[in-house]
Amino acid sequence: MGSSGPFVRYENVQKSYDGETLVVKNLNLDIAKGEFVTMLGPSGSGKTTCLMMLAGFETATHGDIMLDGKPINNIPPHKRGIGMVFQNYALFPHMTVNENLAFPLSVRKMGKADTEEKVRRALDMVQMGQFGDRRPGQLSGGQQQRVALARALVFEPELVLMDEPLGALDKQLREHMQYEIKHIHESLGVTVVYVTHDQSEALTMSNRIAVFDDGIIQQLADPVTLYEKPENSFVAQFIGENNKLSGTVGAISKGVTTVDLGKHGSIKAAAVNVSKGDKTTVSLRPERIEFSSKKPAASKPSLPAKVLELIYLGDHIRCRLDVAGNDEFIVKVPNSSLSADLKPGVKGHVSWKTEDCRALDFVG
Amino acid sequence: MSSVDQNQTLMTQDGVPLKVSLKRSQRRSKMRAFMLVFPLLAFIFISFIVPIGSLFTRSVDDTLVNEVLPLTFEELKNWDGQDVPGEPMFAAMFMDLKNADKIQIGRVSTRMNYEKSGWKSLLKKTSRKMKNIDGPPYKEQMLKIHKRWGKVEFWQSLTAMKDPYTLGYYLNSVDLKYGYNKSIEQQPEKRQVYNLLWKRTLLVSLLVTVFCLLLGYPVAHLLATLPLSKSNLLMICVLIPFWTSLLVRIVSWMVMLQQEGVVNDTLVAFGLPEEWRLPMMYNFTGTLIVMTQILLPFMILPIYSVMKTIPPSYMRAAQNLGATPTLAFLRVYMPQTLPGIGAGSILVFIVAIGYYITPELVGGKDGRLIGNFIAFHMQNTLNWGLAAAMGVILLAGILILYWLYDKIVGIDNMKMG
Repeated sequence: MGSSGPFVRYENVQKSYDGETLVVKNLNLDIAKGEFVTMLGPSGSGKTTCLMMLAGFETATHGDIMLDGKPINNIPPHKRGIGMVFQNYALFPHMTVNENLAFPLSVRKMGKADTEEKVRRALDMVQMGQFGDRRPGQLSGGQQQRVALARALVFEPELVLMDEPLGALDKQLREHMQYEIKHIHESLGVTVVYVTHDQSEALTMSNRIAVFDDGIIQQLADPVTLYEKPENSFVAQFIGENNKLSGTVGAISKGVTTVDLGKHGSIKAAAVNVSKGDKTTVSLRPERIEFSSKKPAASKPSLPAKVLELIYLGDHIRCRLDVAGNDEFIVKVPNSSLSADLKPGVKGHVSWKTEDCRALDFVG
Repeated sequence: MSSVDQNQTLMTQDGVPLKVSLKRSQRRSKMRAFMLVFPLLAFIFISFIVPIGSLFTRSVDDTLVNEVLPLTFEELKNWDGQDVPGEPMFAAMFMDLKNADKIQIGRVSTRMNYEKSGWKSLLKKTSRKMKNIDGPPYKEQMLKIHKRWGKVEFWQSLTAMKDPYTLGYYLNSVDLKYGYNKSIEQQPEKRQVYNLLWKRTLLVSLLVTVFCLLLGYPVAHLLATLPLSKSNLLMICVLIPFWTSLLVRIVSWMVMLQQEGVVNDTLVAFGLPEEWRLPMMYNFTGTLIVMTQILLPFMILPIYSVMKTIPPSYMRAAQNLGATPTLAFLRVYMPQTLPGIGAGSILVFIVAIGYYITPELVGGKDGRLIGNFIAFHMQNTLNWGLAAAMGVILLAGILILYWLYDKIVGIDNMKMG
């Protein structure tokens, strides 16, 4: 047993379909046993390809994929013993739910009594015990999803892959299933590699998230770090909402720099992977910004702003402002702290803490 | 406020019952729909239902004899069937023949000849010389015209035609016949041909279906899984023969398969001794090869259309769950293609079982099928009753097959494309 090393390891993995462009460019990723890792990214970012290479349906053009310390490049999918939940569930339509679940057990030549017991337990785990005799076509989307989950787990794999399993469900059901998958992961202790393009799904469930773009992992971190401390503009933009201001990096001391916003003045920001003289995009989270009609204390970084539009969203109010020439500047104002002087046309100031303002790589 | 009573009929605002109002509002669109389908309905009725009905009646119809020889059949009821009948029967026959015109006698004699050969010349000669008979007693004078009148078998064969309907044609199509008073007996050995033919037809249809399935299934799979540009090319390769004239295809097969044909020449060029040239034409093999090729698209297309709808993720899921590719194919992919296999097989089988042109041209003596004999009886012997009976048996066989398919697989599962 390679218990000391990582459970899953991508080592310099590259993938090309046509020999001209790389879909996955030099992927290195270690996943520990029992971890829930999400591959997050827009479509075409290479995340599903990475999953398929792990499952064995695609071969890596270059590099090694290791499972439990052993390279698996030349092991066919049916010998890898990896569970997988497919995007459209791939429940066999000509079999009942029970038969679907018994399938992986019967190909492993398990006895009848054992099979029945395991199928029953797996179905109970996803609360589908009474649906064993139905065909997949007779189930709703959410029920099919549960059955697919049970089928991927019934033969007790140590690694389960999920390829956008909740994509076809409506919002409420999707959120409910997120918790359920998370709880199943916690109680069984299986390693899960999850692929999604939905950032809130990734934040809800994962231990760590690998943000993919253009065949590269842009950032690999736990949800909090990823949200609070994005390392580049793509991650800042892709995870959560984000306000952008363009400027030039000034002198850096102790990780803090002064960004010159040209005719709009200058602000202090945490310098992330930038050096003096670089063009930069400054990232500010909408919920970390305060708007007030009075000018805040000089120690607090701030910029003049003008309210353009208010959108009432129940728990908070989205407030669109014009700040430093950016008229798409969004501030989220909690419902409870809504003041009467916040109206379209009002001029005032937006302020934030220096560490919430991050100077990242420049995007046009 | 009035609550709607359960057993009270619902009314519209101005008091018309809701059901009446609904019917009225739908009447126009129903009429329009009916008018749109009416031409097709009429066409199907005239060109399909009516001919099948007339086919069926013709296969059991036996009124002609009874109408032309009414007195004879009346008299036949009193006959014990043991010896040559007496004077009253001869008198009845004479009067019937005298009353009938020449054309009727010709048709009747043809019909009677099916039951017992010899009737035709007997009636012809009798009616020609009847003017020599000027009065009773008829028996002796008729015996003088033709001595067959004195043979009891001829009189006995009349009993098979005593009813206005007959199953004789059906019996004939399975090598049986009516004996005395409609008892059923075997055809004499040398006249037994049809049972062999039915068996051969079934065998050919089954073999053609199996070969089409074996050859077509992989092609359909390729069609469904290849990238579009390649699968389009393959589809054209499948369809071009389908669009080519049947005769052209059969003749090209003749060129390929005959003794001095392309296949044999090639084999000889590769060292096959001259005297071992394979007989692949004008026999059973020829029929089989050519029919398989011709009917192949009927198998490929339905299977392809079903395979097209099966996402590749099923095979992946099966393998991911631990099944080897072979097992995944057998347990997951193949069962899902069953509707296509069923549709394709039933289509090929039905077309094959009534096939006519190919066996006619390449079948030779032992490659002919039932369809060829139906045509033979329609065109050469003019025994339409027998042809109709064989047609009805074919139709019934197909309907039974269809029914079985529905019971086992379910017609709803059939996908034609």
